[in-house]
Amino acid sequence: MSCETLSDKLSGYLDGELDERAAAEVEAHLRQCVTCSARLEQERRLRAAVQAHVPPLRAPERLRSNVRAMVRAQAKRARRRQTWLPTWAATAAALILGVAGGWQLATWRASQGDESDLAAQVVASHVRSLQGAHLTDIASSEHHTVKPWFAGKLDFSPPVADFTTEGFPLIGGRLDYLRERQVAVLVYGRRQHVINLFVWPSRDAGAAPSPVSRRGYHAVHGAAGGMAYWAISDLNEAELSQFAHLVAADLSHSTAQP
Amino acid sequence: MDSTALVRFEETVLPHLDAAYTLARHLLRNEHDAEDVVQDAYLRAVRHFGGYRGGNVRSWLLMIVRHTCYSWLRRHKVDARSTEFDETVHGDLRIADDPEAQMLRGALREALDQAIEALPVAFREVVILRDVQGLSYGEIAEVVGIPVGTVMSRLSRARERLQRTLPVEDYGRN
Repeated sequence: MSCETLSDKLSGYLDGELDERAAAEVEAHLRQCVTCSARLEQERRLRAAVQAHVPPLRAPERLRSNVRAMVRAQAKRARRRQTWLPTWAATAAALILGVAGGWQLATWRASQGDESDLAAQVVASHVRSLQGAHLTDIASSEHHTVKPWFAGKLDFSPPVADFTTEGFPLIGGRLDYLRERQVAVLVYGRRQHVINLFVWPSRDAGAAPSPVSRRGYHAVHGAAGGMAYWAISDLNEAELSQFAHLVAADLSHSTAQP
Repeated sequence: MDSTALVRFEETVLPHLDAAYTLARHLLRNEHDAEDVVQDAYLRAVRHFGGYRGGNVRSWLLMIVRHTCYSWLRRHKVDARSTEFDETVHGDLRIADDPEAQMLRGALREALDQAIEALPVAFREVVILRDVQGLSYGEIAEVVGIPVGTVMSRLSRARERLQRTLPVEDYGRN
């Protein structure tokens, strides 16, 4: 192992975050490299100094009571909305109209608005899905099983395709939220990589797949057949782009033949 | 949000208020702004609590806090991206304090605070999350939304910058 390779692993070694093999490699190098050993010692002292002299802060009391009050007020408001709905048919109808209007506004905002904010949410959701135990709500490689599962859980029916023959087998699906609207997520595999495909209705007539990179992840997004989609993965850009083109073709196709 | 969800939120998310404030205070470098942003982040957390599906609640909250901080920094024209990895600007920052003053009690703490504040935000956040808040690399990856390997290399580089800013004699004793 060279000093160069070691420099990135030094922190991991110091923090006990390397696996046994990597730690053994670092130790082997340290035994014969005075420079790196000295660096490790310096880094150890620095870390100790930061830990000793930069303590975690305590939130001011005013903030604590403001946050608590805000949480309670929000909960109360949400409860009021819930109890109204079944009681008065007229109010319910008005609310539903409001929701539909809000949805159009939301999709309009989604097409016009800050795309980077959406990208950030897509990345965050992707990361969450891989780290928690919550990749799929329904795990199945059968699109005949996955598609009906979404029925009744969403206000739209996402097209579900299996691209096994193209090398992207379907793994399953789940529900998720983007920009405070519920979206369908279809999960696909490519070798050891996972692809999350987010789908929701869009008034956008169609937009060719376009790539975005965020924090080391690649994403490709576009719109076709009345649906907006975002595909995200740690897969390389070329293969993800190939996947997005399959998705776009399938979305156009499924609206042409309902 | 029904009353069960409210209780659950108060029991699981509210206790991490200090962690939320610590992160925001260091990312924004200002107490007053940190208070505003934390309050805003909690509002977002309440609204998205229905979509939260278990897992590490502190990481989930800190992710929202971080996101809210970055939005704030963008809105206030503090361009996080351009200062993130600019060696020419941040490569050789040194603390301008009188060396004798640093011998005084508490001076080391001040020097460290200043050195950390001078780090570009992408480096500052990993140091704070790790060395001040004690998160694991996996948790930091979750909060920042980067792979664990990137957490490691970024932390290495952040500590290296701190060492360059703070001469070893300042913290090397004891």
